[in-house]
Amino acid sequence: MKQRPIRWSVYAGLTPAILIVVFAYIGTIIWTVGISFTDSRMLPVARFAGFSQYVRLFGTERWLTSIQNMVIFGVLMIAISLALGFLLAVALDQRIRAEGFLRTIILYPYAMSFIVTGLVWQWILNPTLGIEQTVRGWGFENFRFDWIIRKETAIYCVVLAAVWHAAGLVMAIMLAGLRGIDPDLWKASRIDGVKPWRFYWHIVVPILRPSFISATVLLSLGVVKLYDLVLVLTGGGPGFSSDVPAKFVMDYLFQRQNIGLATAAATTLLITLLCALTPWLYAEYFRAEKRKD
Amino acid sequence: MLQRYRALIGASALALALAQSAFAAEKAEVLHWWTTEAQSKAVKVFADAFNAAGGEWVDNAIVNGDVAKPTGINRIVGGNPPTVMMMNAGKQFGELADQGLLNNLDNVAAAGDWKKSLPADVLEAVSRDGHIYAVPVNLQTPNWLWYNKALFEKFGVQEPTTWEEFFAAADRFKAGGIIPLAFGAQPWQQHQLFNGVLAGAGGRDLYLSIFRDKNPEATKTPEFKRVAETYAKIRSYTDPGTPNRSFNEAASMLTTGKAAMHIMGDWEKGEFTAAGWVAGKDYGCVLGLGQQNFLMDSNVFIMPKGGSEAAAKAQALMAEVMLDKDVQVKFNNLKGSMPVRNDVDTSGLDACSKVGLEVLKDPGKQLAGPDWLAGADMLNSLADVVVEYWATPSETPDEFADKYAAVLSEFQE
Repeated sequence: MKQRPIRWSVYAGLTPAILIVVFAYIGTIIWTVGISFTDSRMLPVARFAGFSQYVRLFGTERWLTSIQNMVIFGVLMIAISLALGFLLAVALDQRIRAEGFLRTIILYPYAMSFIVTGLVWQWILNPTLGIEQTVRGWGFENFRFDWIIRKETAIYCVVLAAVWHAAGLVMAIMLAGLRGIDPDLWKASRIDGVKPWRFYWHIVVPILRPSFISATVLLSLGVVKLYDLVLVLTGGGPGFSSDVPAKFVMDYLFQRQNIGLATAAATTLLITLLCALTPWLYAEYFRAEKRKD
Repeated sequence: MLQRYRALIGASALALALAQSAFAAEKAEVLHWWTTEAQSKAVKVFADAFNAAGGEWVDNAIVNGDVAKPTGINRIVGGNPPTVMMMNAGKQFGELADQGLLNNLDNVAAAGDWKKSLPADVLEAVSRDGHIYAVPVNLQTPNWLWYNKALFEKFGVQEPTTWEEFFAAADRFKAGGIIPLAFGAQPWQQHQLFNGVLAGAGGRDLYLSIFRDKNPEATKTPEFKRVAETYAKIRSYTDPGTPNRSFNEAASMLTTGKAAMHIMGDWEKGEFTAAGWVAGKDYGCVLGLGQQNFLMDSNVFIMPKGGSEAAAKAQALMAEVMLDKDVQVKFNNLKGSMPVRNDVDTSGLDACSKVGLEVLKDPGKQLAGPDWLAGADMLNSLADVVVEYWATPSETPDEFADKYAAVLSEFQE
């Protein structure tokens, strides 16, 4: 392969972006990691404190709960949203009537902020206002749907609201992918007498791989920064049973005036994510590139 | 949008004032988070009085204290402070004072003779290492019991003054199909209720040995066990809709007759007034069930170092205006809290404020609020334990006491 000349103008154009990345992102990350090794409270100070913030962090039950919640939420939300979004896209792809209308309806939740989503679902799930009250009003006196007030189930309410919010987006991505599939493949499979579900599972899903990856990346960003939805929907409660890392960090950063512990939590989160994502990113991008050459 | 616009005007006005400080009026940009209807009416009393005294009030109201506080602190640290900023008394502004970012108000306090007119605990709460750093403007306590008078009459229930009487009354309402206690299980509300029980059912000594002395052994006492049991018992007198309910939703359960009682701070009165309720007629109030203690909390204003002479002048004028006797009465009547001065004319206060003032007269019933004794980190770590206890009916008082003690020993000095 012929070596292309370096185009300096491209780099000149990129300079502002590079500067922003270096100073605004990498710089603040380094600063955050640095602060986490000091005993800063309300204001950053440079008194070195070793790993004491980390020791306290991992002795805090609330932090462990919030990490656990992030895993539960992440796995369930991504899996259900992908499955539901894909099924909706397949259903919409059957050349049905009023497709545009349905597509808009399904995509609508995504246009709403998490604050609104959280508030609406808080009312729907509240046993004295929402579904439970309504069904009981119909005469089913023993009906119970009180997930949101029970410690063991509150996090699933967050999953429910988040899936409602995100499934439409996944559907839109998948639908675009489906529309891009060569029509000849459909015809060929029909001639060969392949059952529809086998066709989707063995041919469509592998073709849609890039769509699945884009959707997963988008959704996982939402998992890590999940904050406002929890704040409005459950407030992290009952107790701190539905707490998440971002809320933990925000609480310690602002309300509790303990930026040392907050930055330790943020750093831990960053390292965890890097550990989880690096192998995957490596496999997905770098190895794929090599294969092309 | 309007706020931002105003802030922009404020900022440019301030810049202008700095540029021509020799002959400008004494402009003061005031950062605060009093934005509900009752609160903004109250803050307008300050603004009008300040303008009348020759200053120029530039309002910078930010919704939600958790947003406003970091905004203000960032500006102070960054060297572009508001002239005056709201805070809560106690440990919150201590670090700013330590770093030399706040103006020392000793001269202003001496000129206004604060030592004579303000309670000693309040002075203590606005001081750091013997110097005064903030202007207190009101007194409030979070441990009021508010009740719906009509419901009390209907059920023939007397006003409770102890926790035993409270539970007896609550049983009557429960049997009658009324929610006995309106409650919102948000962390701050839960912690506030718990601290009320701690001071009321546990008593002064226990309260002080926990918040002031941070003594883990205090949780081993029978008094603490009684507090833990009382707090857990309250749970069974609330409805299933409590999780994440805001305090004003809980307040509206009283005004709509769904619930009979609510335990909340003075600011509850603003909600009642908005619903057209009158103190002593539609609603009654009891201060501190059990041992009657006024858990003092106070809104204060800090004066960051701004550099210019005009700013310093405006700050001194502001301190004087805020503590003026007439301004104190007018402001606190609208805000729902009590004047911080003990020498004002009290005839204009409502029935419940008078109850509070009566209690305040007895120094033996004044008790510094948790924020005055301990830092935000410790208090919120305790709140975590309290919140978890409320949400876990299977947790025993002893298990709870152990967890509570563990946090205390972490912060013991």
